[in-house]
Amino acid sequence: MVSVRDAAGIRPAPDLETARRTAGEVADPEVPVLTIADLGILRDVAVDGDAVTVTLTPTYSGCPAVDAIRDDVVLALTRAGFARVDVRLTLAPAWTTDWMSEDGKAKLRAYGIAPPTGRAAVRGPIPVTLGVACPRCGTLRTREVSRFGSTACKALYECQECGEPFDHFKVH
Amino acid sequence: MVEHELAAELLGDDAAPASRDVAEYALWLGDDALILSQQLMQWVARAPELEEDVALANIALDQLGHARSLLRYAGTADGRSEDDLAFWRDDLQFRAAWLFCLPNGDFAHTIVRQLVAASFQFALYSALQSSADATLAAIAAKAVKEVEYHRDHAVQWTLRLAGGTDESRRRMLVALRDTWPYVDELFRDEPVIDRLEGIAVRPSALRAEVDRVLDAVFTEAELDRPEVAPSSGGGRRGIPFPALGAILAEMQVLARAHPGVTW
Repeated sequence: MVSVRDAAGIRPAPDLETARRTAGEVADPEVPVLTIADLGILRDVAVDGDAVTVTLTPTYSGCPAVDAIRDDVVLALTRAGFARVDVRLTLAPAWTTDWMSEDGKAKLRAYGIAPPTGRAAVRGPIPVTLGVACPRCGTLRTREVSRFGSTACKALYECQECGEPFDHFKVH
Repeated sequence: MVEHELAAELLGDDAAPASRDVAEYALWLGDDALILSQQLMQWVARAPELEEDVALANIALDQLGHARSLLRYAGTADGRSEDDLAFWRDDLQFRAAWLFCLPNGDFAHTIVRQLVAASFQFALYSALQSSADATLAAIAAKAVKEVEYHRDHAVQWTLRLAGGTDESRRRMLVALRDTWPYVDELFRDEPVIDRLEGIAVRPSALRAEVDRVLDAVFTEAELDRPEVAPSSGGGRRGIPFPALGAILAEMQVLARAHPGVTW
């Protein structure tokens, strides 16, 4: 472990594991049940003494939550004792919902959002939609109301069994 | 607390600056996306149904994201920020192809413009993913997944309007005829492309792929490709579409009235 000597004596600098855990626990402001680790947008955490560099990747190119997430990461790591926090954004490799954790998908379902189904794949010009299970009653008898929802990452669905509208986190 | 520059947001600070030619090419694509985004935003609260307000705003947001990445990269060539390029250039300095500057028209016109724009951008970004320029390749790999979704949206509406009522089909035919003159310009090569071998995607090389997709959609929708003469175009050479000045006036007025303002 690296130690930092200052006027007050010797105190241990926060370690990599603390940095990873702290950064990973930051919540997505638009889907607050998910942490950025669940979402798969936390790409790297590197510690050098009392400085930490966090690399994030945006979900969608225009995602406005990136600003808030970046500020939250800086705040959380500063509170954890890091003197310098650098947040970098990288576009490559491009984020995919395949990186969402199974734990994250379960949290989404419990929150009332249908998690992404299957794996991201390039499709043909005439779209084919896969069945999406209702997060409340589990039926596959659901209908897409709109391919676009309240945020870039979601589509709007309606359950034809229980009649509830719900968000579907799109496969991306 | 570390101060973060908005301009430094989307790419690592260690990305190599663009050369003048690469910057020119990034402006082509960035200006297409920026103008399309600005135009689509005008549908918010005016679309035929609430879901379409949301859909078109989502598409506009993706396009704005692409524009920001591309303009930021273009600006590294001469020290300008994405905001400098978006708000402090006049129409003669923009490089958007005319198709992206076409007015929204009725919903059918917007859908046809979307069909062509998204099919073009999907083919373009698919190919640009293997650019020798790492920054362009990264932006393209991100954008391609998003514009594929935009293409799906436009295809679904094209099928629905063409196969809907007599009125929706009539409007679709008018929109196709009005939009088609602006398709050719997208595939015209300019001299700068010859200097960007392996970095830029040659526009003419995309034609066959885009035609294949559009033909498949037209067959499904029982539409014919209009036979109309192409427009002169010239957006890539700084000959602006006549309406571009008015689009920019609205987009830039706040930034110019209050220089340096942030929001």
